[in-house]
Amino acid sequence: MAHGPAKGIGRWLFTTNHKDIGTMYLWFSFAMFLMGGFFAMVIRAELFQPGMQIVKPEFFNQMTTMHGLVMVFGAIMPAFVGLANWMIPLQIGAPDMALPRMNNLSFWILPFAFTLLTATFFMEGGAPNFGWTFYAPLSTTYAPPTVNYFIFGVHLMGASSIMGSINIIATVLNMRAPGMTLMKMPMFVWTWLITAFLLIAVMPVLAGAVTMMLMDINFGTSFFNAAGGGDPVLFQHVFWFFGHPEVYIIILPAFGVISHIIPTFSRKPLFGYSSMVYATASIAFLSFIVWAHHMFLVGMPIGGELYFMYATMLIAVPTAAKVFNWISTMFRGSLTFETPMLYAVAFVILFTIGGFTGIMLAIAPADVQYHDTYFVVAHFHYVMVAGAIFSSTAAVYYWLPKWTGKMYNETMGKVQFWISFIGFNITFFPQHFIGLAGMPRRYSDYALQFSDWNMISSIGAFTYGAAQLLFLFNVVRTIRSGTPVSEPKTWEGAEGLEWTLPTPVPYHTFSTPPTIK
Amino acid sequence: MSTSPVKKTLVKLLVGAAGMFIFAIFVMPPLYYVLCDLTGIGGKTGGRYEAQDASVDITRSIKVQFITTNNGSMPWDFSPKVTEIVVHPGEPTAVAFYARNRTSKDMVAQAVPNVSPFSATKYFHKTECFCFNEQPLDAWSETDMPLVFIVDKDIPKSVNTITLSYTLFDITNREDPPVAQLN
Repeated sequence: MAHGPAKGIGRWLFTTNHKDIGTMYLWFSFAMFLMGGFFAMVIRAELFQPGMQIVKPEFFNQMTTMHGLVMVFGAIMPAFVGLANWMIPLQIGAPDMALPRMNNLSFWILPFAFTLLTATFFMEGGAPNFGWTFYAPLSTTYAPPTVNYFIFGVHLMGASSIMGSINIIATVLNMRAPGMTLMKMPMFVWTWLITAFLLIAVMPVLAGAVTMMLMDINFGTSFFNAAGGGDPVLFQHVFWFFGHPEVYIIILPAFGVISHIIPTFSRKPLFGYSSMVYATASIAFLSFIVWAHHMFLVGMPIGGELYFMYATMLIAVPTAAKVFNWISTMFRGSLTFETPMLYAVAFVILFTIGGFTGIMLAIAPADVQYHDTYFVVAHFHYVMVAGAIFSSTAAVYYWLPKWTGKMYNETMGKVQFWISFIGFNITFFPQHFIGLAGMPRRYSDYALQFSDWNMISSIGAFTYGAAQLLFLFNVVRTIRSGTPVSEPKTWEGAEGLEWTLPTPVPYHTFSTPPTIK
Repeated sequence: MSTSPVKKTLVKLLVGAAGMFIFAIFVMPPLYYVLCDLTGIGGKTGGRYEAQDASVDITRSIKVQFITTNNGSMPWDFSPKVTEIVVHPGEPTAVAFYARNRTSKDMVAQAVPNVSPFSATKYFHKTECFCFNEQPLDAWSETDMPLVFIVDKDIPKSVNTITLSYTLFDITNREDPPVAQLN
């Protein structure tokens, strides 16, 4: 019955195999990660010294905007969708995703979306330059003419994400192996199930926001234009009603990955599984009711400020439950520190730092000082890079031997981890200081007193960037000439259905569902 | 086949996604304006007000300040004739704003009011205002634009000063006249 993949390019264009599509998502994500990373290098090179050296301020604005858009929508989100495609059917004992053709469509939309978005660099007016949050009226009245390409690009990404999430929910709810109840599902599946619901709830809101922009720009409506009875603050409410759940869309699957890696290398089951599930669900719920903490300075009544401040702080409770569960899993475990575990432990430490700065930012009166400074930049890079990127890197190291049947070079992996870890902290830790000292974000130049920390930050950024090339090299080298491995369990402490399969994972798996006791 | 569980889930989720899209475009903006209207946050004053009762509370005095701003590169002169006035709650007060078109082309403007603090928004009534209509002005001509307002007698005790700000927008080149019903 089993037949292998089709030959040639057709395999990738027409595939409905969840493993092929997962692989394409992951490579696409890495390509976008390198592109967004290149934009970041331009930003840090310009900020290496005060004054204008390398690029013009207008181009600098395009760099910050495109860095944010490409990293959030092109690198992080597809990375986790790729992992979901690969791992969810394997972890629940399903032969494939529930809607394989839609799966193909939702991937192949993405290259077109990002072609639309990045083609704007070569058009008159240049790429979007209004920040990744595209606040009106910067993105409407004062936007470059290419903003329409940006809008359609976002529409396409939204369509892709919605289809991907529908597929994941349909798979998880309908295709679990007999005996796998919801409360027996692996954590990665749980976090993705909840994430997919978040995506279905908020991607249409994002699409709505850009559609209203489109109407304001081209068809004379005034959703965000005060002259016609609209309100620019409405834009911020709509955007952050999408934007805040979006940050949990990015981080929840990361929590799932970490909840697999830490038990494996602690050789203990995950501590507090059911509290992990409930914490994930609580975080998802709370993410919908805290959006205005991004807008403390728009002029909110005191009651609003207090509500959004306390509701935001409440998120720290389920998040802390997760962190304590991970620590308890490690406690008195038989720990070893292979590369995925190093990344997972770094995730727990650095994500917690990012969480604490998040609580600082949630304090409405203090936010008056922190708002739109490098402190915010440091905060969200601690949760986005050390959270989402570190965990997806960890996931690749963790499952790559299973996928390919070849072992990566452990020494190179560890070296790559330490360069990344040190480079990351050199880049972003100083940004806390210059932010507190008052350096605003998104500017191409800065006052002289910020020079030293900016130079250090840039050096860290170049180091971190170089480490990612080493990661690429290690992965390619593994696929081409890694040491073959064949035992089902790459890691002796690993548990779960995916480790019952032969290594490398065959093209078709679980044609007969396994039974869970 | 059409009743397979996967298809059922698929249909439910598609309906959910479509529902959220409708929510974002057709529910969130009206909801936002209703909320602003009910609470006064956002500082948007209401439409034309019909004075019901003529009594004046002379025990209280409230200072009303006027500010004007030109949006973007709006090339008109635009200023209040008086920048500050002290009124009693319940007393109709007439003031005027001056506008002059400093260009050689005929233009149309729209003024958008905003009240601060937000707790005063609901208690600041305009019985007549140039902001209710579009304001056309021929090249180089000037005009005085009227405003009649009443500060409500129920205004909270904590409010002693109200700032009324007008922003003037250039709407000459709009194909469709904007529906400024929210002013």
